[in-house]
Amino acid sequence: MEKMYFEMESQSSNEQFARVVVAVFLARLDPTVEELDDVKTAVSEAVTNCIIHGYEGGPGTIRVEVTVEDRKAIIRVIDSGIGIYDVKKAMEPLYTTKPTEERCGMGFAFMEAFMDEVTVQSVLGEGTIVTMKKQFKQARGEEGRKVLG
Amino acid sequence: MKEQIRYEQQQSTLVLHLPSEIDHHSSKEIREYTDRYLREGIKHLVFDFSRTTFMDSSGIGALLGRYKRMRERGGSVMIYGADPQIRRILRIAGVDKLIPQMDVEK
Repeated sequence: MEKMYFEMESQSSNEQFARVVVAVFLARLDPTVEELDDVKTAVSEAVTNCIIHGYEGGPGTIRVEVTVEDRKAIIRVIDSGIGIYDVKKAMEPLYTTKPTEERCGMGFAFMEAFMDEVTVQSVLGEGTIVTMKKQFKQARGEEGRKVLG
Repeated sequence: MKEQIRYEQQQSTLVLHLPSEIDHHSSKEIREYTDRYLREGIKHLVFDFSRTTFMDSSGIGALLGRYKRMRERGGSVMIYGADPQIRRILRIAGVDKLIPQMDVEK
């Protein structure tokens, strides 16, 4: 098992940083461009949620943890913000608590579309943990070797 | 390095050359700038994705917001130069059904 984590300030300028760092770490799996794009989008959505909803644009720390085992990546995005009142409702596509800010309410829908599994644990006033899992296909190199026998 | 969003006006058409990455951070700027440039007389808005390699749901929110504004004033919106990944995002969000895309050969 390989693991990495980092913490960063809750600022929109860090959204790109977060998804790029996770993508660079996962490059060791020799993923397809599409797999890597999927993860980048999902991480971007989760981190944006921390900034907009968890900390409501204010200061805070976001922690991102990634573990890889048997070509399966588990990504956790953790904030210590206000928490989610109704997780089930929050995960409904098109539901948003901030329509005036042109949020389209598709953050969780995107995470679910691009990852195999998304779970959310949240405690009001304590924070939220979003856990996303994705099984990567066999590395192209390994596939090649297998074909060659 | 801060990437500039570029605008080009040709008669009643405003072309918006989008940045390489469109997320919550950059979409704020897209919203503000586009609304400033959407003066009277602009009938068509073109989103040029030629430089764009990443977009998340914040970008979708910004696109839909501008789409609504253009619809309200009886104008049209079009998407140009979207690569396969951007097309995928547009499809998943259902935007491909609302905003027509021009095909380009790259």
